[in-house]
Amino acid sequence: MSVSRWARDLTMGVRFAVTGGREGWTRATLTAVGVGLGVALLLLTTALPNALSVRHAREAARVDLTFSLDALEKADDTLLVARLDSDFRDRSIRGRALEPEGPRAPLPPGVNTFPAPGEMVVSPALKRLLESDSGKLLRERLPDRITGTIGEAGLIGSSELAYYQGIDGLAQRLDDGNGYIGRIDRFGDPQPGEEPSDPVLLLLILVVFVVLLMPVAVFIAAAVRFGGERRDRRLAALRLVGADGGMARRIAAGEALAGAVLGLVFGAGFFLIGRQLAGNTVVFEVSVFPSYLNPSPVLALLVAVAVPAAAVLVTLFALRGVVIEPLGVVRTSRPTRRRLWWRLLLPVGGLALLVPMTGMGRDNGDFNQYLVTIGVMSLLIGVTALLPWVVEAVVARLGTGGVSWQLAVRRLQLSSGTAARMVNGIAVAVAGAIALQMLFSGVEGDYTNSTGNEVTLAQMEVRLPSHVPVDPAAERLGGTEGVTEAYALAKGWMVDSAHDAESGTTLTVGDCPSLRMVATLPSCEDGDTFYVRGAEYDGDVDVEKMAVPGNTMYLDPSYEGNEEGLQIPWTMPKGMKAAEPRRGLLVGIDRGGFLVTKKAMPAAVAPALDGSVYLRLDESVPDVQDLVRNTAAAIDPLTYPMTWSATERSDRFTAVRTGLFVGAACVLTLIGASLLVSQLEQLRERRKLLSSLVAFGTRRRTLSLSVLWQTAIPVALGLVLATAVGLALGVALLKMTDTPVRVDLGSILAMTGIGGAVVLGVTLLSLPPLLRLMRPEGLRTE
Amino acid sequence: MTAPEGSLLSAEGLCKAYGSTMALDGASFSIHPGEVVAVMGPSGSGKSTLLHCLAGIVPPDSGTILYQGRELSAMNDAQRSALRRSEFGFVFQFGQLVPELTCVENVALPLRLNGARRKEAERTALTWMERLEVDDLAKKRPGEVSGGQGQRVAVARSLVTGPRVVFADEPTGALDSLNGERVMELLTDAARTTNAAVVLVTHEARVAAYSDREIVVRDGKSRDMERAV
Amino acid sequence: MSIGHTLLGLLESGPRHGYDLKRAFDEKFGHDRPLHYGQVYSTMSRLLKNGLVVVDGVETGGGPERKRYAITDAGITDVQRWLATPEKPEPYLQSTLYTKVVLALLTHRDAADVLDAQRSEHLRSMRMLTDRKRKGDLADQLICDHALFHLEADLRWLELTAARLDKLRETVAP
Repeated sequence: MSVSRWARDLTMGVRFAVTGGREGWTRATLTAVGVGLGVALLLLTTALPNALSVRHAREAARVDLTFSLDALEKADDTLLVARLDSDFRDRSIRGRALEPEGPRAPLPPGVNTFPAPGEMVVSPALKRLLESDSGKLLRERLPDRITGTIGEAGLIGSSELAYYQGIDGLAQRLDDGNGYIGRIDRFGDPQPGEEPSDPVLLLLILVVFVVLLMPVAVFIAAAVRFGGERRDRRLAALRLVGADGGMARRIAAGEALAGAVLGLVFGAGFFLIGRQLAGNTVVFEVSVFPSYLNPSPVLALLVAVAVPAAAVLVTLFALRGVVIEPLGVVRTSRPTRRRLWWRLLLPVGGLALLVPMTGMGRDNGDFNQYLVTIGVMSLLIGVTALLPWVVEAVVARLGTGGVSWQLAVRRLQLSSGTAARMVNGIAVAVAGAIALQMLFSGVEGDYTNSTGNEVTLAQMEVRLPSHVPVDPAAERLGGTEGVTEAYALAKGWMVDSAHDAESGTTLTVGDCPSLRMVATLPSCEDGDTFYVRGAEYDGDVDVEKMAVPGNTMYLDPSYEGNEEGLQIPWTMPKGMKAAEPRRGLLVGIDRGGFLVTKKAMPAAVAPALDGSVYLRLDESVPDVQDLVRNTAAAIDPLTYPMTWSATERSDRFTAVRTGLFVGAACVLTLIGASLLVSQLEQLRERRKLLSSLVAFGTRRRTLSLSVLWQTAIPVALGLVLATAVGLALGVALLKMTDTPVRVDLGSILAMTGIGGAVVLGVTLLSLPPLLRLMRPEGLRTE
Repeated sequence: MTAPEGSLLSAEGLCKAYGSTMALDGASFSIHPGEVVAVMGPSGSGKSTLLHCLAGIVPPDSGTILYQGRELSAMNDAQRSALRRSEFGFVFQFGQLVPELTCVENVALPLRLNGARRKEAERTALTWMERLEVDDLAKKRPGEVSGGQGQRVAVARSLVTGPRVVFADEPTGALDSLNGERVMELLTDAARTTNAAVVLVTHEARVAAYSDREIVVRDGKSRDMERAV
Repeated sequence: MSIGHTLLGLLESGPRHGYDLKRAFDEKFGHDRPLHYGQVYSTMSRLLKNGLVVVDGVETGGGPERKRYAITDAGITDVQRWLATPEKPEPYLQSTLYTKVVLALLTHRDAADVLDAQRSEHLRSMRMLTDRKRKGDLADQLICDHALFHLEADLRWLELTAARLDKLRETVAP
């Protein structure tokens, strides 16, 4: 077959697609919209790695306070930075106080001039929030004059809340900031090393991509087949005027090609629109700038070539069992019953690929990416291979109920393949999502750290910088609206030798009620000192041995290679009482050591102690946490309020999970759209029949219901199969990560619920056109 | 208006416009029980629109339609649908059988729409298929039978509820003369034995010859030839 | 085909001489068989005798004497009745029907009524034949079918003419 003949026939097909009158255009547009949506999603996917790396680079470029900070001397190029990160309702705010120490002090990215004390520059999103009614409460906390906004270069997302404020006198407080104050001479991570990759996390990301892209591929394959029945008739007409079978096929492929190329254009358009929209979207606190979403040229080119090529191939593949005769299209493959065995090969093979990796966990190096990808893909493609068989087998056995049910079942029996093709995308997406959800909730335990805080006794902790006196602070915090109880405790680390001590324990200072929240005391009066026996947290240290009157311990010791500590000595007083540990306020942090009432504490010790105020809240007071944060900020900007929750989730994990949710939402919308398009097309083709059914008195309800069944039955079957495959894949993945298998019923229900919602949405959206088609005007012939 | 004496279905002064085209412009009609009336006229004259109005499928813009003394245009869509289900039968040019249902299921469909149980409905359907000599096609789908057979199935479907009026819109339009005549014979015979009226829209004289009288529609106006002479 | 009714119809538009009548007839209806003048003469005297026409005047000049005829009220009624009465359906009817249609157009009557009446008459015959066919044996059926097909051919011609009435009006009665 010569290239020129191919080219000629394809061109003719393209011409048919664009010159076919209104019908031709409708078909080409439908295909193009479908392909376009798929292309847009593909481009988005190719742009994601770039977006993530830009985010990462921006984040790295503005890093200021690191743990490995070298001690710098004050110079004309140094800058003092204090970290003032905070929260407002459910959003986090990145805050920094800046004090330049010389004319050459480094400016943070995105900021042009240093804000003077009493001024601040804010991100556009924070500015909007502060100026809005809902931001009033926050404005109380950040009252400084807004003198400018932070540019894109200094932000990691369009809706990030961030500010830099000017401050004075940070130098004197360098030491008491708990590491939240530092002197720097440049922004940016000096060693912006790659984060060490976690094999399990990599596996998750890999599977997420496969799971999201598979339905897109299925969708594109379905989109180029829109309007197939009409096309068949046109092909037959072409044969009648003398085209041979091969020509007809190539012309059909040309038509699909036209739709796919148009789809590329649409897709680029959708992508650009979506990119702009992405700038206004916040999903789970993640937002991006449109400029982040630039697909890498190579991947974009790949999409541009692969999609039209795939369109041609799919068309030729779809026509494989079809003989195009001059008087009509004959499907030779229809009578053959679908066989099961080869359809089972794919999922079984996929599982077989994954099984050898069982039990590897995260400690045995990376998973073989190819095996994982191929294994997961075969399992998911297995869904698309099995579904037509399942639909055919089940539908053939369905009994007849009401008229609407009968109409739907009979229709499905005649064309179960079409139905299965429509649902394939949903099934693949749901199967993948269920597996991922299982994997997530299974692995969640590993990534969710217990913070060890007891949330029933107190819900917030406000850490105070050393120079802030504990008692007045506790009083002000306790007086804040919504705070029912405030316990003030000051803690320090105490060792048996001023230098390089072998063993140490904590010293906790507070009033009797506060100390009772830490340990079970026999009795307590101001002036008492206690030692806590047998606290699990103390480990090997024997507190009783230290608790010898006259024994001297040292607070804030020095260690070789570090800055000198204060090395304040403290001598054990007489009459110390023993106390029992309890699961109290500080469970999990430090609950052993020595407890000292205020009168018993020598004043000299105070500088070595860090104060915290623990607050019990009346959570029914609206915005109670933000009221506390406002009070804390008013006491001193360097106070550090923390809201306790029972667990904390790993940030990286959240990002992956977020990706899955966003992706699944996009994919299901896409598939819903394609379902709708094929549904409408089918209805249009049956317009005469629908009108005649209405003529002899069929209720609209009956026909609407039959449309619902027609979608619902295959979708339900698809969901059942998807759940089974999803569970299998989930179990395999959990075994691979060496995590106990747990079925996450909630996520299965959620995913099937979403699938059901898609069916309902498609049916509802196709009802108005259905009712319009059922109008008697459809009966008019002349 | 007063309906002509003894008429089952009658209409007076029907007007119906589709956009700017007047499909009906003051047409009248009446039919008695057991009567077969042919509606003739050139294509585009408004024949089908007249049938759609008479059957309560399309409400006319103006004019009255009386069925057994009841005013059709005073009924809402649901009531008219119910009337069509129980009192009227329909035959269309291309059968318009539901392609995925078997022939017997197609014939039983109007009964089932009326709430009949499946078994009973199909039993009744089968007796009608016997009368129209297509009972051997019961288990086949419409795609597997010839045009003439399909049209007989469609006739069976139109008669299965025992309608008082059968509306037939070019029922032989897609058939050759032999098949067409057979369908007409069976349709009119069946209608006469059940005393059903038949409104027969056709442009073929030999089909119209199966009627008792004809009315001619031209430019949206009707002309009753019996009364004109 | 009735020459008397045709000539009468031609007179409806105004009095004419006998020779004029022949010319008008030949022009409109007699394409293949022009009238002989004697035929006109004898027909007109019959019409005169029956009171359907009157002699409007006689022209005498160099040539033969020329009578001018005018139609009477009775004559107009006669034409009307003739047009309204459908012809008995029989083969080779079209020349009569054509004459009727043209005359109806010439005299500004509704030519469609003529066709409707004829269709109705044809259908009446066809109904009878159809009925006979349904009750009869195969031989009856075949004979009836033959007649039915002929009648149908007439009717088809009739429908076609009906569809072209406007055009015909333009040519015969501009």
